[in-house]
Amino acid sequence: MAIPKEKLVWMYEKMVEIRKFEERIHYLFLQGQMPGTIHLYPGQEAVATGVCANLNKDDVIASTHRPHGHALAKGVSLRSAMAELFAKTTGCCKAKGGSMHMGDMDVGAIPAIAIVGGGIPVATGAALAFKMKRTKQVAVSFFGDGAANEGAFHEALNMGAIWSLPIVYVCENNLYGASTHVSKVMKIKDIAIRASSYGMEGKVVDGNDVISVYEAVHEAVSKARDGKGPTLVECKTYRRGGHSRTDGNIYRDKEEEKEWLAKDPIPRMKEYLIGKGILTEAQGKEIEEKKEMEIDDAVEFAKSSPSPKPEDALEDVFA
Amino acid sequence: MYIVEALREAIREEMRRDETVFCIGEDIGIEGGFGGAFTVTLDLWKEFGHERILDTPISELGLTGVAVGAALMGMRPIADVQYCDFLFCAMDQLVNEAAKMRYMSGGKLKVPMVMRAPVGATTRGAQHAQSVESYFVHVPGLKVACPSTAYDAKGLLKTAIRDDNPVLFFEHKLLYGSRGVRKEKGGLDVQGEVPDEEYLIPFGVADVKREGKDVTVIATLKMVYEAMAAAEILNKEGISIEVIDPRTLVPLDKEAILKSVQKTGKLVIAHEDNLTGGWGGEIAAIVADEGFNYLDAPIKRVCAPDTPVPFAPVMEKFYVPDAEDIIKAIREIVK
Repeated sequence: MAIPKEKLVWMYEKMVEIRKFEERIHYLFLQGQMPGTIHLYPGQEAVATGVCANLNKDDVIASTHRPHGHALAKGVSLRSAMAELFAKTTGCCKAKGGSMHMGDMDVGAIPAIAIVGGGIPVATGAALAFKMKRTKQVAVSFFGDGAANEGAFHEALNMGAIWSLPIVYVCENNLYGASTHVSKVMKIKDIAIRASSYGMEGKVVDGNDVISVYEAVHEAVSKARDGKGPTLVECKTYRRGGHSRTDGNIYRDKEEEKEWLAKDPIPRMKEYLIGKGILTEAQGKEIEEKKEMEIDDAVEFAKSSPSPKPEDALEDVFA
Repeated sequence: MYIVEALREAIREEMRRDETVFCIGEDIGIEGGFGGAFTVTLDLWKEFGHERILDTPISELGLTGVAVGAALMGMRPIADVQYCDFLFCAMDQLVNEAAKMRYMSGGKLKVPMVMRAPVGATTRGAQHAQSVESYFVHVPGLKVACPSTAYDAKGLLKTAIRDDNPVLFFEHKLLYGSRGVRKEKGGLDVQGEVPDEEYLIPFGVADVKREGKDVTVIATLKMVYEAMAAAEILNKEGISIEVIDPRTLVPLDKEAILKSVQKTGKLVIAHEDNLTGGWGGEIAAIVADEGFNYLDAPIKRVCAPDTPVPFAPVMEKFYVPDAEDIIKAIREIVK
């Protein structure tokens, strides 16, 4: 399909933004400047980006314990994301959520749900609301290979299918549920074939090629918006880093790692854009510098933002 | 009016009033069906259609999560499970999502959903018999309502539907008054007056079901009737029992309880849930702390023993606390 230049450049910039954000967070975290935990996204940027490039502001996404990439791709600002990680009141969740609950409904990013599979029925419910209200909004449920074995996955996809809900189920198969390789916990190779259990269409996509992700999801989103029901899009991808902050990936096969790290979605897209004359090397460099500066700004903003009062813990239980 | 009718009327009125209100559950809208396990949603599909009386697969975890998601997007779902025992299938969505989305979002989100569930032992066996209010009283972010009369049921359910927070709404199987093929053996006939004009009952306001001056009995659901029966019997002996129905356990009308204990000096708490970890202990702790000087006697709890619910009717009768058990407890503290 013919993707507008602006969209292609936007996607490239967004992937660079996510990568640099995650790298900076990792650094700050190891420096001891940030509380809590982190589950980082490097390597998977093409999935969040290729999906969200298809969405409007009022479409919604449900995310997971590894939400930073999804949140940024959906439009959560660098400042509010960074401030949340620094536990400041200017954070997207007013320092009440933390890394695993990043999100901002103003841009259609439901604060992430860290229970594996927990967001899938919730996203399905959002889609039900859209259908009942007759809006043309679409919901996207992001989840990983591990979540595809949770009961919630099966119950939610089944309901999405029987009610023809305007939802796209995006499975990021990065081959590991924490330290457990998918082959240990599933007999099938492609999670997408589970779609047929629910009478739903399933697609397998190269999750490290942002254009492939974009195209597959474009079709799924249009279908959903047209009232023709959900699709399960399985994006094959890989975590460049560990499961969470201190994970050294000792359990991963080194050959497998080498093969996947060579398929980095970002240089791949850069090469494509330069090859097509859409971007020059210089412009590519500019983008990287711009993003570094934006992240510097976000860190500055976060560090100089106020911390919550301890008693703020008692607020926001009930509406 | 019977409680089932009062509940049905509450749902009908709220669905007419607000098009974002809808019901979601199993067997609730099937044409020619029961209208849910106990007929509460009987024939509502005729007026509201199958989209707003939405039948689901047997997927309690999934349907609860769907209710959460729909509520986040501005709908007001009334979800239900056929037996409260099935809520355990949905615990993640109730406790980790429904109860916490608002807090984790820094107060930006709300989850205006109701989850209705029937409680109580009815010789069906241990997995269709529990009283589970205590599990949810314990979760910050959830409200818990448990009406004992038709008047309370309608007023509280309307409030629950209009509340912007997740509400667990417990109904007792033997108080429904369902008739026809779904009539409950051993059900109590507790028809009551329900006004024609619209009314709501706020949460956090207990109801003094019977005034008295010698002993305060806190009771909910079916135990209210056991307490009232006990009060009648003891009254003939000159012992005056005050029966208070909290109606909502979260928020709890602490003031009403303390005020009553201040008057009587003696407290008995009665619930059908098991003794250990039951919400009765919570009330006992509150009064032992904030009403210590009012007490003339130890606080007594009249609850089910710490066992699953047995099947054999003689064992179930032994298990379920009743008026006799309440009287026994009262005699221990009234000298």
